[in-house]
Amino acid sequence: MDGIADMGGTGGWGPTHPPRGDEPVFQKPWQGRAFALTLLSIRVSGRNVDAFRHAQERLDRAAYLDDGYFGRWLNAAELMLTDSAILAPTAIDARARNLRGEHVAEPPISEPARPDYAPTAAGSLRSVDVPPAFAVGERVRAKDMSPPGHTRLPGYVRGHTGVVDLIQPAALLPDTNAHFLGENPQYVYSVRFDSRELWGADTEPFGVTAELYESYLEALS
Amino acid sequence: MTTGGPLPAALRTEALEQLLTERGLIDPKVMDGIITNYETNVGPLNGAKVVARAWTDPQYRRRLLEDGTAAIKELGFSGSQGEHIVVVENTATTHNVVVCTLCSCYPWPVLGLPPSWYKDPAYRARMVKEPRTVLSEMGLELADDVRITVRDSTSEVRWLVLPERPAGTEHLPEEQLVPLVTRDAMVGVAKVKAP
Repeated sequence: MDGIADMGGTGGWGPTHPPRGDEPVFQKPWQGRAFALTLLSIRVSGRNVDAFRHAQERLDRAAYLDDGYFGRWLNAAELMLTDSAILAPTAIDARARNLRGEHVAEPPISEPARPDYAPTAAGSLRSVDVPPAFAVGERVRAKDMSPPGHTRLPGYVRGHTGVVDLIQPAALLPDTNAHFLGENPQYVYSVRFDSRELWGADTEPFGVTAELYESYLEALS
Repeated sequence: MTTGGPLPAALRTEALEQLLTERGLIDPKVMDGIITNYETNVGPLNGAKVVARAWTDPQYRRRLLEDGTAAIKELGFSGSQGEHIVVVENTATTHNVVVCTLCSCYPWPVLGLPPSWYKDPAYRARMVKEPRTVLSEMGLELADDVRITVRDSTSEVRWLVLPERPAGTEHLPEEQLVPLVTRDAMVGVAKVKAP
């Protein structure tokens, strides 16, 4: 879906931050706790990594940005747990207020409603018994579409033409897997786009590759 | 419910940990194990060992470029966010740099968790639009004739850059090359420097 998470080519972010070699993995203790809690919450909520990314995709700008990377993980974990009715939407905030000495009523524990879903195998790689629809070197177009649900088709390549650089192993389709609507395994293609195709004639010359699922692509007629 | 101002992320994290722990849905000791693993075992030293091996063993280098996942597993590295790793080589004339515009996908088994600059919106947004400028901001100036390819990690495929071996290190054995190889060079925002 179109939202804050789809950042490629967007403006207004200011300069990048030069790397620091001595940066700890978790700069604050809560970040490590939030990281581990989120990984476990995917399992506890009966969801999957695509549903997790879709939860991030649905966060509003403040929930996505204000507490950085681990803040959005925490907020996405909360969303997955409330989606599966493990937690009421107000449960974390109420407990946090009580932890800092306020006295607020906490919501009752509800009956969990995990999705009726089980993966057909571990991980995302799947085998398919049809040949790839596109060949290395073939020109393809990324479909110009704006799905309301989860997608891994970045906005900046939509409608643009590139060349198949590599055929990657078949994998389940995040767009349906995130919503527990089936795995739809299909080939993934590393498609190379020329910077001038994406950003116009005056841009720096370079190439960008993106891994695009077969159903994101159309042949050039 | 609105008294007391916004709730800090640290407090909300503690609240979530309590809520799940008291219902027996998670075990804090398992959390401790996950945190320790990513703080101590899974980090860029793994990738540095892969690079140093490739620089000193031409057969390994060939296998690494043909099937990154399998060659990396030969050195014992696999796991979450490393299901299918593709290795690309940087040379004097071609430069690859890795980004994830949609979240912050990163090859955890060989590089650990991503550094803050990789997760920064400015990096995610701008690397696919003006990489030469972004690399320059980050301290890497590339000559005009160097061809840049930006690798946007939009699927479960993960990218690892095999940096160029710096001149003047021809005499160094594998174990002395390992500490030269930086995380930043394996993402493609820096080059490896000779000692």
